[in-house]
Amino acid sequence: MQIKVFGPGCPRCKKTEENAVEALKELNLEAELVKVSDLQEIMSHGIMMTPGLAIDEKVMCTGKIPSVEEIKEWISEKAR
Amino acid sequence: MDWKKEWKALLAIVAVFLASFYLPLERARFDNAIMESLHLVKWYAQEHVLLCLVPAFFIAGAIAVFVSQASVIRYLGAKANKVLAFGVASVSGSILAVCSCTVLPLFAGIYQMGAGLGPATAFLYSGPAINVLAIILTARILGIGLGIARAVGAILFSVVIGLLMHFIFIREDLQQADTQAAMPVPEVTRPLWQNALYFATMVAILVFANWGKPGTNVGTWYAVYSAKWIVTSVVSAFFAIILVLWFDLKGSKVLLVAIPTAILAFLFPHEPMVAFAAGAIGLSIITSTDKGEAGEWFLSTWGFAKQILPLLFIGVLAAGVLLGRPEHEGLIPSTWVSRAVGGNSLHSNLFASVVGAFMYFATLTEVPILQGLIGSGMGKGPALALLLAGPALSLPNMLVIRSVMGTKKTVAFVSLVVVMATFSGMLYGALIE
Repeated sequence: MQIKVFGPGCPRCKKTEENAVEALKELNLEAELVKVSDLQEIMSHGIMMTPGLAIDEKVMCTGKIPSVEEIKEWISEKAR
Repeated sequence: MDWKKEWKALLAIVAVFLASFYLPLERARFDNAIMESLHLVKWYAQEHVLLCLVPAFFIAGAIAVFVSQASVIRYLGAKANKVLAFGVASVSGSILAVCSCTVLPLFAGIYQMGAGLGPATAFLYSGPAINVLAIILTARILGIGLGIARAVGAILFSVVIGLLMHFIFIREDLQQADTQAAMPVPEVTRPLWQNALYFATMVAILVFANWGKPGTNVGTWYAVYSAKWIVTSVVSAFFAIILVLWFDLKGSKVLLVAIPTAILAFLFPHEPMVAFAAGAIGLSIITSTDKGEAGEWFLSTWGFAKQILPLLFIGVLAAGVLLGRPEHEGLIPSTWVSRAVGGNSLHSNLFASVVGAFMYFATLTEVPILQGLIGSGMGKGPALALLLAGPALSLPNMLVIRSVMGTKKTVAFVSLVVVMATFSGMLYGALIE
């Protein structure tokens, strides 16, 4: 599983990344965590509002910081 | 010992040492500047932080959480009505990009996946320019005239600049990116009128708590001024009811905050800040512990406070050292300032615009700096020019824009901003004479 966190490097995207790490830890799962800061790449995923989060190339959230709980839900659904 | 890695540390140590060794203490101007800086920080803390900044942070936090960004972005997408897109782009800056870092990806998105170059540049300009917190602080510290001029100017500018960019580059056909823009998650639906009332109440509290003392003792302005705390209290009570009814805050918790606040208001009628502070602290406590929307609201508010207060503190210190309080001097003599940007000449306005465009202003720091400049002799016209060109642009920011739009369009954009800022400054300066 690959989780991508999109953002140019401000506090909000860092928080998103932290939440993703925390969610993985709580679920005791391993996944590849990629931080995407390049604008062109962010846009190529169709993300207009950062922060954004995608799991296995599917954009799950954009425009707000997803909570640890929300990320856990998405990961669990994916893993099913 | 790897000097290639360590030279920076050595340079820093040597620089600080030399500065400390040659510290020009006992030189009147330097000592005075230090004192001015401390006086200015104290004045900000006493006059503006509690009554103005704290409510402003709550408002900004609310905008970031409760205003439906999805519905706004729809107007800026690829299929949007182009005319409407301009209008929306010019005002939505404060709604969509209350965090300055979202401006650039969103701009790139609107440009390549959305409504195109025109609305994208309109948004690019308006985002930082119509920053809610900045407008509030500008009005409060630099006067309502500049506050309104800044807000109106910024909105007008973004539409004009967007339109000009669109027409200048109309022959360039931009390949719309193939990707479909991912829409943000739709927010909780509360009827629009409830949200509007919620925001209006917060703005009312901000306005009345900060109602300025007029010069004369008669007239409606003065009447409002003498009653301002009663009005603020009534509006706050109304706000408390809204929180219970529509935001799921428990009535008991809200009362637990309201009652001590009211008691403090009665005990200290001449120190309204005590009650106000208690109310703010109480609100923070009950919202931060809330698991629902109110909790998200506080998180967003706190995020802004954490991000902006340190920057503002440094900005005020710097402005104090360099320019001193109004009617006082810092390190920079007032004559230099009035010569460079005094009066309302083309030269002053242009100078202010160009410097503003290239200089980096962290959020809100333009306000204390401008206050210092005006106090040292900068004309109101050039002040507006700086307000309109400064926050929206900076050299690092121009480089990023260039990576999205290319050099030609970036140069066009920057030139448009500078030219328009200069002329708006001259116009405003002439109008208020």
